[in-house]
Amino acid sequence: MIDLAGKRAYGDRAFRGTSAVAAALVLLLLGLIAVTMTRRALPVFLQMGGRFFTTTRWAPPDDLYGALPFIWGTAFTAAIAIVIAVPISLGVALFMTQVAPPWLARPLVYLVDLLAGVPSVVFGLWGVLVLSQHFNLGRSFLTAGIILAIMIIPIITSLAREVIDTTPVGDKEGALAMGATRWEMISATVLPHSKGGLVGAVMLGLGRAMGETIAAALVIGSALGQITLDVFAPGNSMPAVIANEWGEAQDLHKSALIALAVTLFVITIAVNLLATGIVQRSVKRGQGS
Amino acid sequence: MIKTSRIGLGLALLGMAWLGAASAAGGVTLNGSGSTLSKPFQEVAIDAFKKVHRDVTVNYGGGGSGKGRQDLADMVVDFAGSDSPFKESELARAKGGPILYFPILLSPIAVTYNVGVDKLQLSAPTLAKIFQREIKKWNDPAIAADNPGTKLPDTDIVVAHRADGSGTTQNFTEYLTMAAKKDWKLKSGSTVEWPSDTQAGQGNAGVAQIVKSTKGAIAYVDLSDAKASGLKFATIKNRSGHFVEPTSAAASAAGQGIEVKDNLIFSALDAKGDKAYPITAQTWVIVYAKQIDRAKGDALKAYLTFLLKDGQALLDEIDYAPLPRSLQDKAVKQIDKIRVAAHASLP
Repeated sequence: MIDLAGKRAYGDRAFRGTSAVAAALVLLLLGLIAVTMTRRALPVFLQMGGRFFTTTRWAPPDDLYGALPFIWGTAFTAAIAIVIAVPISLGVALFMTQVAPPWLARPLVYLVDLLAGVPSVVFGLWGVLVLSQHFNLGRSFLTAGIILAIMIIPIITSLAREVIDTTPVGDKEGALAMGATRWEMISATVLPHSKGGLVGAVMLGLGRAMGETIAAALVIGSALGQITLDVFAPGNSMPAVIANEWGEAQDLHKSALIALAVTLFVITIAVNLLATGIVQRSVKRGQGS
Repeated sequence: MIKTSRIGLGLALLGMAWLGAASAAGGVTLNGSGSTLSKPFQEVAIDAFKKVHRDVTVNYGGGGSGKGRQDLADMVVDFAGSDSPFKESELARAKGGPILYFPILLSPIAVTYNVGVDKLQLSAPTLAKIFQREIKKWNDPAIAADNPGTKLPDTDIVVAHRADGSGTTQNFTEYLTMAAKKDWKLKSGSTVEWPSDTQAGQGNAGVAQIVKSTKGAIAYVDLSDAKASGLKFATIKNRSGHFVEPTSAAASAAGQGIEVKDNLIFSALDAKGDKAYPITAQTWVIVYAKQIDRAKGDALKAYLTFLLKDGQALLDEIDYAPLPRSLQDKAVKQIDKIRVAAHASLP
């Protein structure tokens, strides 16, 4: 008996140790990434200072690196993507959970998850062939925004579906029993219950949209110095610039591209932390009710 | 369980196939990466080389000249293809010691266009103004002055360039810096500050695609991609004042009028000679002078010899130009400078 207990304690300790190491490793990795990248980006930060974030000229032959147009392009395309993706994703999620009969909902869930697994370069090539050429949208902020929207719809949809599924059946049945229509039931119980989680889902989609590289590089147009609200204008985004220019970049140019990566890293981490915070708060509130 | 064992079996078969392929190759494999400009040549040369040297496998990965130089400096490849020499700062990081440059080909960079004119002649200053968006219409007086007697349409010019950093951009902008000193302000580099009302495409093929599908477009594309896309190209005014068509013969002519340093570094841009095509780029294969692995060193020498002798005959058909005789002789002679370790290294 004593022997058995000892073994069990040993297993517990081993399990706790392994999992703690694994967890620490993730943090260590994240920290190391941040340190190495910042170190290699330092030359350009030292030379450009704050002008890296505030000026608009990106001229490698002159060793001038102003990233503002790319930061703008990243934010603008992500915003376009969110505007397109959110209504569609929420619509699909609500349809799957509240409207569709199970025989339709189940394959639909499967299909949406399948869409999330399509490699981004496939979306990018499809964007070039179909959106830019066939529909003549050209290469622009809008084309990139549409492609990004298509890419984040599955993510937002499947997260939204899971959040919505946690609405207590009692609440919903209560609303229906009071004579509410389906839409009244959704707007009175489902949406308030899952609000925080839905915002979190959207933010995670936003994070993916901002970091998307290949699809954006293929369709955004790679125009320099574009800070405009014109959706049909060609532009550029941080990941697209990195992907395009890395191969031939040298010295300070390389450092400037790493600095773009650091900027993107910080922004996506901030968005993800914000999203996690919002989701957690809503989960707590959900448990409370 | 059935599923996992199937996957396991698949993996095992895959591993066996891989081992089989490796052993069939007889052990010596040369890996190279870099210049995409010279990739088509590397591919046909590798095919032809394989027929003579069955025991050597050569792989060439492309990826861009900068990547090739970086890979060689880090010693992850045995040779690099590059359209421009190492910079001092890069060279300092090269882990394998002194390096040698072997020029392997010359390539004309064509100026392709899509406007209803059969013949188009351009001088360097006009070209500079077009690519800086100072000239925006096809019937601009400056273009008309280069083309006496040609009726030019009142079409807007659309400038297309590379979205990705590229040796082709480097050579094209270097040419404008040399030949249109007064007019060209964007300097030279693998990426330059193109005006924002220009279009960008991925790779030579992507740029060619833009020209093909856009009325009024003009762009620089390497000759073989320009020909593959069926585009028209302009004749460019050279240093002697002649308008020359981009052909492999005109690129070889450019190779005759150049100054070559002892280390075989040169630039074929804006070369002398009546028949020289002025926007001519070159590619080197770069290797370490000291080869530690004897089998690899010998294979590398054999491959270089092939590229510089029999391989040169393959260039014309894929729209590249062979090296002029004098340069070829110097390069072949330089192969002897590769020192291969006297004893075979242990596997």
